[in-house]
Amino acid sequence: MTLAKRLIPCLDVDAGRVVKGVNFVDIVDAGDPVEAARRYGDAGADELTFLDITASNDNRDTIIDVVEAVAAEVFIPLTVGGGIRSVADIRRLLNAGADKVGINTAAVTNPQLVKEASEHFGNQCIVVAIDAKSVDTPEGEPQRFEIFTHGGRKPTGLDAVAWAVKMAELGAGELLLTSMDRDGTKIGFNLPLTRAVASAVDIPVIASGGVGNLQHLCDGITEGGADAVLAASIFHFGEYTIGEAKSAMRDAGIEVRL
Amino acid sequence: MAETIAVVDYGMGNLRSVAKALSHVAPKTNVQVTSDANKIVAADRIVFPGQGAARDCMKHLKHYELHDVVSEAFRNKPFLGICMGLQVLFEHSAENAGVECLGLVKGSVSGFKRDLNKPDYKIPHMGWNTVQQTASHPLWHNIADNAHFYFVHSYYVCPEDQHWIAGSTEYLNTFTSVVARDNVFATQFHPEKSSDDGLQLLHNFTQWKLT
Repeated sequence: MTLAKRLIPCLDVDAGRVVKGVNFVDIVDAGDPVEAARRYGDAGADELTFLDITASNDNRDTIIDVVEAVAAEVFIPLTVGGGIRSVADIRRLLNAGADKVGINTAAVTNPQLVKEASEHFGNQCIVVAIDAKSVDTPEGEPQRFEIFTHGGRKPTGLDAVAWAVKMAELGAGELLLTSMDRDGTKIGFNLPLTRAVASAVDIPVIASGGVGNLQHLCDGITEGGADAVLAASIFHFGEYTIGEAKSAMRDAGIEVRL
Repeated sequence: MAETIAVVDYGMGNLRSVAKALSHVAPKTNVQVTSDANKIVAADRIVFPGQGAARDCMKHLKHYELHDVVSEAFRNKPFLGICMGLQVLFEHSAENAGVECLGLVKGSVSGFKRDLNKPDYKIPHMGWNTVQQTASHPLWHNIADNAHFYFVHSYYVCPEDQHWIAGSTEYLNTFTSVVARDNVFATQFHPEKSSDDGLQLLHNFTQWKLT
């Protein structure tokens, strides 16, 4: 018996409502974040991640209400990411009941935010999200991975592995590593990327992006060396349940909480 | 009169989750998040949580002048310590180059050490791990042995007197994850984040009758 590998469903929230569909039998309101969160909690999810994709500034505060409502009823760790720019943003989310916050673009534009935030709140609640892709290298040279921002459209020139190490040094407690070249493809994680980052840092790595089936989840851990796997669509659209995913992981020899 | 549970607020982290979880399992109980010594003294049960570093925890306890009321509650009423609320009960912590703690339980607090032969064992110990129930206790009621609970910590307690140990967990080594004696039960894990088993434990605490 040892620390279980974690399975984390991710919910996109826009102006306080879950979007991109959550498909549970007999769910009354698929857009209600509390109901969706409760379903995943009851099904055995190890943590929940909310990604706030609210574009309009007017609706920015709705995520605070969502976090308060979910934290009052769902008793597993809750991570919230999206649009976090400052220590004040982080404080509001933690006070609302989030256990961890995910910092993405802000870490690229202002790496000191990671340091400041971890000194304020402890590194256990600071998750740095890294969106990376494989980039072409001349033949004979080792594979390289680069950080992209703005939904994978904007290259930064930053090497993903070096960046991951830097984030860990600045105080990130965990990395949420998204294979941007796999996101939405359903062909599985970018395993060389996952392995390169996971073996370079001492902090836990959550693999994300590209999961299309249960084998992909297992591969992220057994092949990629991730400590946790995150997925959205395969659960939301009812293709697989959390229980099926946990069973597949267990059958692959992975320690899970059942 | 409804029972009251005081969740001791000494500025160490967000206590909303603990309070919400207690209200969830005991809707009729009056759950108060408070730093008011009078309310803590008057409460029927005490929850002593905490997150962050040992030095800050001790500094805040002194700042809020709650050192004595917490020590008093530790001796005379149902008392549930959580995470740092377990560690600071001990005499000394190795964290922050050494911190004197409350000294209510004999023993010290040590840090996990990275083992290069076990690269998968990262620090902090964060996530779901199993707890072996090394002693029977009313707070284990309806919770399976080796059930999973949610942990986030880099230090662990080492009680001198083995009779204090009520639960143990494997991570790099076997460490004490729960201590209990008389009116005291304290966990390294976060029951308020440990789903059904965590809620069951909190429920058991709200029902716990001292004999």
